[in-house]
Amino acid sequence: MKHFLEGSRAVAEVVKLCRPGVISAYPITPQTHIVEELAQFVANGELNSQFVNVESEHSAASVVLGAAATGVRAYTATSSQGLLLMGEVIFNIAGLRLPLVLTCANRAVSAPINIWNDQQDSVSLRDSGWVQFYAENMQELVDLHLIAYRLSEDKSVMLPVMVCMDGYILTHGIETVDLPSQEQVNKFLPEYKALYKLDPADPVTMGVLADPETYMETRYAIQKTLKDTLGLIPKLHADFSKVFGRTYQGLIEEYRTKDAERVIVAMGSVCGTIKEVVDELRAKGKKIGLLRIITYRPFPCQAIYEALKGIPKVAVVDRALSLGSYAPLAGEIKAVFFGKKKKPQVISSFIAGLGGRDVTRHSIKEIIRLLTATEKIGEFIDLKPELLKENYS
Amino acid sequence: MKHLLASGHTACSGCGQAIAARLVIDAAGKNTIVTNNTGCLEVFTTKYPESAWEVPFIHSLFENAAAVASGVEAALKYLGKKDSINVIAEAGDGGTADIGLQALSGMWERGHDILYVCYDNEAYMNTGVQRSGLTPFHAITTTSPSGSQSQGNIRPKKPMPEIANAHGIPYVATASVGFPQDLQRKVKKAFSIKGPKYIQIHVPCPLGWRHEPILTFQIAKLVVETGLFPLIEYDNGQLTGRKQITPKPVEEYLKVQARFKHLLNNPGELQLIQDIADNNIRKYGLKIENKEQS
Repeated sequence: MKHFLEGSRAVAEVVKLCRPGVISAYPITPQTHIVEELAQFVANGELNSQFVNVESEHSAASVVLGAAATGVRAYTATSSQGLLLMGEVIFNIAGLRLPLVLTCANRAVSAPINIWNDQQDSVSLRDSGWVQFYAENMQELVDLHLIAYRLSEDKSVMLPVMVCMDGYILTHGIETVDLPSQEQVNKFLPEYKALYKLDPADPVTMGVLADPETYMETRYAIQKTLKDTLGLIPKLHADFSKVFGRTYQGLIEEYRTKDAERVIVAMGSVCGTIKEVVDELRAKGKKIGLLRIITYRPFPCQAIYEALKGIPKVAVVDRALSLGSYAPLAGEIKAVFFGKKKKPQVISSFIAGLGGRDVTRHSIKEIIRLLTATEKIGEFIDLKPELLKENYS
Repeated sequence: MKHLLASGHTACSGCGQAIAARLVIDAAGKNTIVTNNTGCLEVFTTKYPESAWEVPFIHSLFENAAAVASGVEAALKYLGKKDSINVIAEAGDGGTADIGLQALSGMWERGHDILYVCYDNEAYMNTGVQRSGLTPFHAITTTSPSGSQSQGNIRPKKPMPEIANAHGIPYVATASVGFPQDLQRKVKKAFSIKGPKYIQIHVPCPLGWRHEPILTFQIAKLVVETGLFPLIEYDNGQLTGRKQITPKPVEEYLKVQARFKHLLNNPGELQLIQDIADNNIRKYGLKIENKEQS
């Protein structure tokens, strides 16, 4: 059924449909609306769940860890500093092979403190062993949460999933969303049955000490699982399509790339703006396209290779940095083509929209203008030169 | 009797924590889930592929056992199983009084039905004997050494039982591995009470305190008998139990541990530690008088 909803409300509604038995969260802007809505659902008796208000994000992540270890589906959401404070637990949850879903309302990282959107928070945790999805709009956001639980709890995966939504743009924006029925969700996402759980009837020890004789194999196993997950995600999306009628490619979206001469690569809500620019320029006969990364972890190298191998010029837009090195997404896109015969003539890297600076149609056109035969490495878009003048007097 | 913490683990000879952990889990019984902060206990009981635990056990991180236990407890409530399963969160003194205090405070304040057990061996032993918030006054650790400008640790122990009581929780107790029956009685009593519970158990560490392993029980008794670690019990914030003693001089406790060796020829410094014991004896009425028994 279609509803006109704020993004946070849409997430809360789909989480409710996923029936988590334990929810735990700590307030941080711009994530708060999601958990406020969930708290209200629980208070109203609309959702049978234990809602645990904790004293920090570190504990929020630890509470859902404990719940998942006890065999109960659990949920948390956070942003920015909250995700970084969770960081230690985030790695731990993946190492423990616990299925969980976390919504990250993407926000810039302090200092200076800034509550607005970029993707530095979740991108900084790309190495943690979590699957990461980046949503473009509210509908996809809703649908990715269903995929996330199903994937996370798959016996061949048993890894946590982070659904990333751009702060404010998606958390506070309002769009029409088709919310599935409980019957549809139950069909796609059956009750969670844990492979292993903390249960006195069958005691297990979790979180063991692994010495140099055994540790490395545990890391290899996660790496192997994530690699295999690249094959599973499109299958789950096909299953999703059967139940809900909407179809996604799952790993990436190729938008008007087939005959494109120039393609922009990006993740998240900025892709909506890019699509508008692509359409506008296509109408003028310019062969522009968009490659949208939906699944950032595991990184879909093969799909990206196939999508971009024949494209002459590629512009990668990062909304995060790896300070002191190549921009994260750009570096990885380049790595896909290292040593390959078929590859773009140019892969240029652009940094845009940090700390909530709007990435407008003008910004995208500027990127396209700068996408020439000369490679750009980490070119900042929409910088204000007047703020860069040094004055030490 | 089959213990719920099996033998064959890798704790040091004379480890007070190993004995206390077994006493706790045996008293709690098999219908118990244990969460554990990082520390010696997790290291010596869970080295893959072995585990000493006969009950469900999870170790996550250094500071989050109380929060993980909160999640376990919430999950059990959701499953309708909380009434039949005990939850214990346990940690060492650093994991309790320092890095884990925030998560523990949250667990207490939220009212989870969990027993939190602190195995207090008075320093970070797992990392090689560094000072914690529960290291006693004047004790030597590797980060609170004695020297021309120092007599060791400069502060008394953080008053964890008082901090626990300040949260308004229904049961707070201290115990010593030197009094195992008292310890197990307190664990059983804790599980007869709903809500958050705190028990702090004094556990000698031969390696860190530098005493003979054979002296573990003797030292665990002496700390109580000198008044340095009073055995006390609070129900709903009211002092309802205390182990009364015929106080022995603190020197008897200090002289068998090399961590206090630097004080033994210094009567002035020794008196400062005697003052701590005397204050405890006064505060809690520990001295046996008028034939009052504990």
